[in-house]
Amino acid sequence: MRVNFRVNGRPHEADDVWEGESLLYVLRERMGLPGSKNACEQGECGSCTVRLDGVPVCACLVAAGQVEGREVVTVEGLANFAKDRAAGCAGGACGGTDLNAARQWEADPERAERADDGAVSGAGAELSTVQQAFIDAGAVQCGFCTPGLLVAADELIERNPQPSDADIREALSGNLCRCTGYEKILDAVRLAAAREESQTAGTGA
Amino acid sequence: MGGVTRTPTNLTQGSATKGGIGESTLRPDGTLKVTGEFAYSSDMWHEDMLWGYTLRSPHAHAEIRSIDTSAALAQAGVHAVLTYDDLPTEVKNYGLEIQDTPVLAHGRVRHHGEPVAIVAADHPETARRAAEKIRVDYAPLPVVHDEATATAEDAPLLHPGRDDHHAGHVPHPNVVHRQPIVRGDVEAARARADVIVSGEYEVGMQDQAFLGPESGLAVPAEDGGVDLYVATQWLHSDLRQIAPVLGLPEEKVRMTLSGVGGAFGGREDLSMQIHGCLLALRTGKPVKIVYNRFESFFGHVHRHPAKLWYEHGATRDGRITHMKCRIVLDGGAYASASPAVVGNASSLSVGPYVIDDVEIEAVALYTNNPPCGAMRGFGAVQACFAYESQMDKLAAELGMDAVELRRLNAMSQGTIMPTGQEVDSPAPVAELLRRVKALPLPPEKQWESGDTAGTSVDVRALPGGLSNTTHGEGVVRGVGYAVGIKNVGFSEGFDDYSTARVRLSVVGGEPVAMVHTAMAEVGQGGVTVHAQIARTELGVTHVTIHPADTRVGSAGSTSASRQTYVTGGAVKHTCEAVREKVLELGRAKLGTYHPAWATAELLLEGGKVVTDGGEVLAGIADVLEDEVVDIELEWRHRPTEAFDLRTGQGQGHVQYSFAAHRAVVEVDTELGLVKVIELACAQDVGKALNPQSVVGQIQGGTTQGLGLAVMEEIVVDTDGKVRNPSFTDYLIPTILDTPTIPVDVLELADPNAPYGLRGMGEAPTLSSTPAVVSAIRAATGLALRRVPVRPEHLTGT
Repeated sequence: MRVNFRVNGRPHEADDVWEGESLLYVLRERMGLPGSKNACEQGECGSCTVRLDGVPVCACLVAAGQVEGREVVTVEGLANFAKDRAAGCAGGACGGTDLNAARQWEADPERAERADDGAVSGAGAELSTVQQAFIDAGAVQCGFCTPGLLVAADELIERNPQPSDADIREALSGNLCRCTGYEKILDAVRLAAAREESQTAGTGA
Repeated sequence: MGGVTRTPTNLTQGSATKGGIGESTLRPDGTLKVTGEFAYSSDMWHEDMLWGYTLRSPHAHAEIRSIDTSAALAQAGVHAVLTYDDLPTEVKNYGLEIQDTPVLAHGRVRHHGEPVAIVAADHPETARRAAEKIRVDYAPLPVVHDEATATAEDAPLLHPGRDDHHAGHVPHPNVVHRQPIVRGDVEAARARADVIVSGEYEVGMQDQAFLGPESGLAVPAEDGGVDLYVATQWLHSDLRQIAPVLGLPEEKVRMTLSGVGGAFGGREDLSMQIHGCLLALRTGKPVKIVYNRFESFFGHVHRHPAKLWYEHGATRDGRITHMKCRIVLDGGAYASASPAVVGNASSLSVGPYVIDDVEIEAVALYTNNPPCGAMRGFGAVQACFAYESQMDKLAAELGMDAVELRRLNAMSQGTIMPTGQEVDSPAPVAELLRRVKALPLPPEKQWESGDTAGTSVDVRALPGGLSNTTHGEGVVRGVGYAVGIKNVGFSEGFDDYSTARVRLSVVGGEPVAMVHTAMAEVGQGGVTVHAQIARTELGVTHVTIHPADTRVGSAGSTSASRQTYVTGGAVKHTCEAVREKVLELGRAKLGTYHPAWATAELLLEGGKVVTDGGEVLAGIADVLEDEVVDIELEWRHRPTEAFDLRTGQGQGHVQYSFAAHRAVVEVDTELGLVKVIELACAQDVGKALNPQSVVGQIQGGTTQGLGLAVMEEIVVDTDGKVRNPSFTDYLIPTILDTPTIPVDVLELADPNAPYGLRGMGEAPTLSSTPAVVSAIRAATGLALRRVPVRPEHLTGT
């Protein structure tokens, strides 16, 4: 079958999809978006968490056919999604592409070099607040749980800009991490919320 | 948020060069990991690739009478179906130490989930359905599932005709390896004891549960070889096992490390590597294999379940007189790392205590249970649960404080281990216990909200959580302590070396270092530390980490807490050689301009050659110009020796690592539900090369220990069948199950190690488990001799 849906603000079409394929499989194997992870494929670990029409879901438990005509945000689109939200056009409401984004295909050797350099990791790419906070707080080790946690944490801060620790634990309880013991993930979400708060205060928005 | 230590205390500052050792520099792969661009082994993709799938045995022990693959081969989209008969050479087994593991089963399956056939097809579902059409005629055999059935006189032999190097000294062919250790005079010491306590303890089978499933992509090459992209812990060990089975010379099997989604020991053995290569070479097409979680539980070895019998004696004043123990580890159907796990369990069975008179025996069995091998803590975890449970029991018998008893008998630098080996670097066991005990306790009844006048209850802070099973009634708090000892690096005479290649050149007018090793970055942050070491040693800012592959010499395994020590040591050693070369070039080119080139101690700092007095002689870029310094060197830690097979004596270990925990738990005594409120850790790391990573390792290891204490066990029935191969039924701690983990890091340098560092990844996994159980004992008054502790153990139902 053929499935049409929007991924990270752009229309996508997948052909020859077998009816049993999950959204996760289509994203990873048919659309070249392997950022959403395949840790359990049974809805227990949260590492494939994406936004489906804004709602965080396990992409492994969504049949590909169910997303026909709908809007999906994956970790690959999280930075732009957060940027659009800050600009007041979340969910693809502002359809256009800004000039910088349109130029992303251009080679940028400086960016590549910066990304190679451990001391300034993250300085070269444009990241959302949550993504940068995960790097800064040491919340990333093997990183396999990270994409799902980022999508879930971003959604938490979107609806609850000042979450308590209990709120964070509740919101992220569907996302397994085997490396960190979660302490630095809590640090990262607190940091992201605080940075968002100070940015909002700073711009007077 | 009380009790959270966000920044560790007692860490030294870094060196002069920015981004060097001692700083919490950020991961070089961090950006790729948060944007989803980091390519894990399961993300590999190739034009025209096929999907591989493994048919596994539904029986724990059975004869294979016949295999019929015709229906599978006839299915549209299937490109190959291979069984034992299709293996290309006479070499049909592999193994880490003993080559006893069939690539595909031959005439007999020895455990539930053993690979029997492999399929390649154009879609993963096609491959799965084709595998279901393979008809295997099994005749079930009697199942060996514990020590009694394994060592019975008429027990079926798992590997008849064994000729491995342990076969000659084991008491029964179903014993993989036996290591006794005897020292002193136990009977005489026993006679001095005022109290004697004994106990039988049991540790369930724990799974590594790394999140990135076993996976990889094998691409056939024009030269008849194969390029393999895979997640592993040791590329060269894989290579040594893969090439002979494929009938290829090692240089025709080119391996590149893909992104690794955690390991914890579970990737030390092969999984899909040989199967992927066989299918790729047979079909002439790239083949990708990705296990799902169900298959992953069968796709790697687990932590050995263990039964441990211990006896300790003490005088009335709390001095331990002697210790006797017997440790039985279930190694399952194939040897994997069992012999080395026996070595660790026996040599570390005494714990971090001074006990001169001991009788120790550890064995690993061959059974029809799932194969067990490496997992974080590696034999020391099982022993630690037992000896720390004994310490609690002994303290209770003596009427002493349990921490005081431990501190009174704690080892220190100079202590002689049961193996006769002296502990020749700091061993701050008593100090670690003092530190965790001195921490303030978390406030009582945190479920009671303080900001309202009434009694508002936040059930999220209670045992049972949002299940809303209690509002505090029946909830009792307990506090418990434990401490442990882990060896660092490969022991018992293993040539445990690593290799590093370092290249220094000028790019855009700046000196740039490139570090190339075969070290498997599995999440631990080795790549971060390598760049830090290069900055410190070469005084450069820009360091590139080359992808890990087999085009450089072996780095050894990312296990045994050894990579920062050994591959870090190799990077340091090679950087020193590069630095000497730079200075040599400088002397030759510029020596006449300044007498200090010949007379002063010279350093590389901030991109320049400087004297130890701080005078700048030249820029590194000016010295190098267009020359490239490119050096590859091996580096070894000091040698060890095997343990004597009768007495267990020998200088077997390289270094020891110590951690202590204090657990605070709250138990709903009516329902048997446990909530761990806080799990504090103090650990000596010698030198924290990257403090943030060090704390992350301690918190992660602590949480895996918590999992073993109250949640995690692969349940295997007496038929050898795995009952819970999923994250629905095998539970690992979520963020709701995990408490705050305050960390206190000590840095007492080991003079034998690079920068004084101490391998530190495993020690926190040891004492976490017994500390939690000790706290539950304190809350409930129950003996609790088995982990994981389950609700029925607490309610008696």
